[in-house]
Parts: sequence; C-alpha cells; structure tokens
Amino acid sequence: MTLAIFIQNILNALQWGSFYALIALGYNMVYGVLLLINFAHGDVFMVGAYVAFFISTFLLGMYAIQPAWSLPLGVVLVLTFLLTMAITAGVGVTIERVAYRPLRRKGASRLYVVITALMVGLILENGNLALLGASRRSFPELIPKVIYNVEGVSFTNLKIIVIIVTLLVFIFLQRVVMKTKWGMAMRAISYDRVAVPLMGIPVDAIIIMTFVLGSSLAALAGILFAVSYPVLEPYMGALVGWKAFISAVVGGIGDIRGAFIGGFILGFTEIFVATIFPSTYRDLIAFGILLLIMTLRPTGIFGVARRTKV
Amino acid sequence: MRSRVLGTLAVLVLGLFLSGSVWAADVIKIGFNIELTGDIPKVGEASKYAGEMLKERINSKGGLKVGNKSYKLEFVYQDNEAKAESAAAAATKLVSQDRVLAIIGPQASKQAIPGGEVCDTNETVMISPWSTNPKTTGGRPWVFRGCFLDPFQGPVLAKFATEELKAKRAAVLYDIASDYPKGLAEFFKEAFEKINGKGSVVAFETFTTKDRDFSAQLTKIVASKADVLMTPQYYDEVPLIVKQAHELGWKKPILGSDSWDSAELMNLCGNDCKGSFFSTHYAVVGAKGAAKEFIDSYKKKYGYEPDAVAALTWDSIGLLLHAIQNAKNLTGDLKKDRKAVRDALATVKKFDGITGTMAFDGKTGDPNKCAVMVKINPEGKFEFFKSVCP
Repeated sequence: MTLAIFIQNILNALQWGSFYALIALGYNMVYGVLLLINFAHGDVFMVGAYVAFFISTFLLGMYAIQPAWSLPLGVVLVLTFLLTMAITAGVGVTIERVAYRPLRRKGASRLYVVITALMVGLILENGNLALLGASRRSFPELIPKVIYNVEGVSFTNLKIIVIIVTLLVFIFLQRVVMKTKWGMAMRAISYDRVAVPLMGIPVDAIIIMTFVLGSSLAALAGILFAVSYPVLEPYMGALVGWKAFISAVVGGIGDIRGAFIGGFILGFTEIFVATIFPSTYRDLIAFGILLLIMTLRPTGIFGVARRTKV
Repeated sequence: MRSRVLGTLAVLVLGLFLSGSVWAADVIKIGFNIELTGDIPKVGEASKYAGEMLKERINSKGGLKVGNKSYKLEFVYQDNEAKAESAAAAATKLVSQDRVLAIIGPQASKQAIPGGEVCDTNETVMISPWSTNPKTTGGRPWVFRGCFLDPFQGPVLAKFATEELKAKRAAVLYDIASDYPKGLAEFFKEAFEKINGKGSVVAFETFTTKDRDFSAQLTKIVASKADVLMTPQYYDEVPLIVKQAHELGWKKPILGSDSWDSAELMNLCGNDCKGSFFSTHYAVVGAKGAAKEFIDSYKKKYGYEPDAVAALTWDSIGLLLHAIQNAKNLTGDLKKDRKAVRDALATVKKFDGITGTMAFDGKTGDPNKCAVMVKINPEGKFEFFKSVCP
C-alpha cells in the first residue's frame, strides 16, 4: 500500500465513520438519559433524509406549487438544514410522546419500551413505503461537488464537510452534556430517576429536550448522508442504524465520547479490512474485531459497569 | 329469521359458484410474480405496465382465440418484494391459490431461481422475461426465459471491452450476495482472462446488498490501473458506484450489463453515467417496426420510454399466448392444460418479438437471442451501438 492509497483510505474511513458516529451519538443521547435503546433512531435518520429531500426540492422549485421567489443555493441549503432538523425533532418528540411516555408512566419494564422502539422503526419504514411508494429518489446536489486531487489523493468538498461537521457536533454535545445545567440534569436522570424530580428538575422537559437533540442529530446525519449517497429508499436507515448501534455499544453506550470513537472504530475497521483483505470478508472480519473488543471490555471503551440496585 | 338468512346465503353462494364457473370457462388466468416493492421497484412497475397494456389490447379485441373459442385474459400481480423467499411464496400462492394457467416472472435471477424451483415442482409453466442466470432454467423442464444467458453476455462484454475500449486490464465490482451479479462477474472474468491472459482482471472486488459506501473497493480499483471498470449491478446501486468512482479519481470507461437497463437509471445517475456502455436486449433509440410501435404506445400511456424489462415482459407474454394458442384447445382441467401449454411452449418454432426472434428446441427453456451494446449518449438516452449474435 503506497502512502497515497493509505491517506486516501484514511479519508474514506473518516467520512464513513462520521455517519456511524453521528447516528451513534443519537443513540447515546437517549440511552444516557432514559437507559432506553431507541431502535427507531435509524429510521428517524431515514425520515430526516426524506424530509430534507422534500424541502430542498420544493425550495428549488421542482414541484407544480413553487415558492413565490427563487432562492440562491446557499439560502436553500441553510433553510433545508434548519427546517429538516426542526421537523425531524418534532417527529422524534411525537414518537416519545405517543410510544414511549405512556409506557414509562405505567411503569413498564425497559425491555417493553425497547420492543416498542423496534416497532416504531418498522412503522416508519413501512409507513414511508405505503405513503411514498418503493421508487428510489434522487437527492438534489445541494452542495456543488468539487473534486480535489492532491498527489494522487482524491477527495471532494463533501467529504471534508462531513468530517468537520461531525467533529463540531461532537464538541458541541460534549459541552452541552458536561458543562450546562441541562446536561447535568440529563446525567442526573439516568443516575436516579426517583430522586431527580424531588430536586425540582422537570423530568419530562429534559426528556423532550433529549429527543429534540437526538432527532435533530439524526436529521443532520440524514441530510449529509443523502448529499453523499444521493439515492433515497425507505429502508436506508435500517442497516446503517443497526451498525451504528453496534458502534455505540463498542464505544460505550450512554457516553458521548464512546459514540464518537465507536463510530470511527467501525468506519476504520470496515474500510481497512476491505482494503487489506478480499472485500468479501469485510463484515466477517470487521465484526470479528468488534467482538474481540467487546470480550475484552464488555462495557465498551468508555462505558462504566452499572450495578443494579436491589 | 334464521332460515331466511340461510336461504339468502345459499342463494349468494350458489350465485358465486355459478358466476365463477361460467366465467372460468372463458377466462385465462396468468400470474405475475414480480418485484413491485423492494430494491428494484421500477422493474416490477415496468412488468405490470407491459402486462396491462397487452391485456387491454387483447381484451378490447374480444379476447384471445384458442381453437374456436375466445377467452378473456385475467392477470394476477403478486409482489415478491425483490426477495428470494418472497418469490417462492408468491409462486406458491399463484400456483395453488390463484390457480393460474402459467406464470410470468420473477425478473431478477435472485428471485427467478427460487421462483422457478416452485413452478417446476408444481408443474406450472413459468417464463422469466429478464433473468439471465443459467440456474433459472437449468434442469427445469417447466421453466423458460425470454432473454439471452450470462454465459453468453459475459463473453460479449469481455470482447467489447477488449476490442472497442482497447482494454488490457479490467476491474470488476459486484454484489456477492445476489445471484445475477455474482454469476455474470464470474463469466466476464473467465472470458476476459481467456482473451487477455491470466491475471488480466486486476481487481475483482465485492460488496453485499444494501451497501452504500464502496470507497475502499473503488480505491483499490483506481490503484489497480485497470483500463475499464465492469459493474453488473442494478439501477439503484449503479449511480452510487459510478459517482463514487468519479469522486475517487476514476476517469476511464465504465461498462455495465443488462441490469442497467431501467427507465430509472438516468433519473438517479444524471451526468455521471453518460458515456458509459452496457449490454442489453434492445435499444430505444433507433428502434423500428413493431418495437417502435410498442415504444410509442407505451410512452403515450405511461409517460416514459419502456426499458428492456418492459419490452422483454411484453415479448414473454406474447410468447406464452402464442403457445396457448398452439395448444389448440383448453379443457378446463388445470393440470392437463398446464401440461399442454408447456408442451406447446417447448416446441415454439419461431416467435417474432420486439426484442428479437425466439425459438425453443424442446430440450431447454433458453431461446437463442442476440445482445445489443448500448451507449448512454450526452442526452442521457440509450443509443444503439452494436449488435452481437451468438
């Protein structure tokens, strides 16, 4: 492997890992507060991509009903990001309100809530299939693609944007969770759900806040994914969502740093296994490595074992 | 009160029974086992559209004449979700529950191979219009196809790459979890290495269905200094592969196979696919005669030009109806009729379709057909480049 190919693959892995990291961050936000594995998260990511598709094509005037004025691409881009994140956050909060909160109120075990989350995911996938049909959609080129070639290493501006955005999101979330009052409340809820309301912390508001953050993250990941891989389909979130969940567990479920690192670990293993070995063995070897990490550190890299209270 | 309800019910049941049997005498039921949802929904849509168009045309003329009786056509569309297991289930349902005379589809080999297994064991005629993998019909007297085979298509592509594109080294990227791409990739490799020597396929890379990122494989392919990239994938993966290849600095030609031939390809791929070549069954630009007439009426009815799947489905239904007519008369006994149709189909001497002439020799279900090399022109249309016959 020459140096150019090595650097090329590092860039590939950074981009691919970014998507896992962004989705895994969403899993970990929710898990960190509710200790709930929100299996619908991958499909919220899909919803984000579709919402972005409809908003951007509408703003670009690709429908019969057109916006009254034509907007420059930059404005379309900003509006698409903001509106998509807002709408998807609404979807996330609705799911919480309709599917998870009633169970929580009735004191159902977390296992049931996880199963509910799985069902919500399937409903989102098949609802999309029923509503919009199975045909693929081509995502418009929101960010004009520029291909750079430096010393045999080829990369696009998209690749760089994806990697930088992921890094910024990570720093932002880490600050929110560790340095703000809201973050402190989030951590407190996961620590002791019974005592926290007694301290005057509005639990439901904090949980809604968590879902807003988690879902807008999924939306962000969805837009970036759709821009990078511009073929949309109803099941696009399923496999990526599952793999991102695995990377969240490897990194340490419930920890922001864990999701970030875990996502990149999975991205790097997948890309480099495919580079060094015949690509047929990619998933076999990649997940073999992850299994090894898990047996060495069952709680993940940043995870801390919790003792169940008697 | 109770007897009245019973009486009404009895009348209803009797009515249903009567109407059923009256209709059954003059209706030919044909099943469609097609990919209406899943990975390649456009393929299912094209099949259904071609079916509806042909049905309307024949029924509006009073139906299909078999012997001295006219039959109305009735088509039953079953979705196989582009999944192997659902294809088997759909075939079973059509054979035993819908009790169809014969089945058209599945289209893709991944579905057609298990679907063919079910039809063959249940002694029902199946024609797959689009499946090019040898396993679909191999050793199955009840299964036929409407197109050429991959052992033919592979060498056609290899020869084209060598002669027209002047390639000495080739790279292949394919989905190892799907029968069609896997089979064709191997046939291509074998043929290309036969011409250009062992090791001339310098990269033979794989991925699995649903993968979206091919950067690791494509980085290898770009570094392998191949002259051409061959990727026998379906229309939902081709745009991603082609775009990512270009992003990673691939500037040489990209070669595809008949799975590229979908009306949806250019909507998803845009400029990136222009200038690529692929082998297929017919070309829209430059069509003449019956093919031209088919293309025009399809476009008028559905708003876009029919792809190879639509044309092959049209031909396969035509072929089936031709065989039914050759079977002389239908008895109404499903088992006997299915056998009669199979025997008539296996010995079709000549059927002129819009994708070429078809004939069966009674031994296999594979017609001898020519392949067409198509170039995607700067307007994004599939343009006839060259015809290759066996």
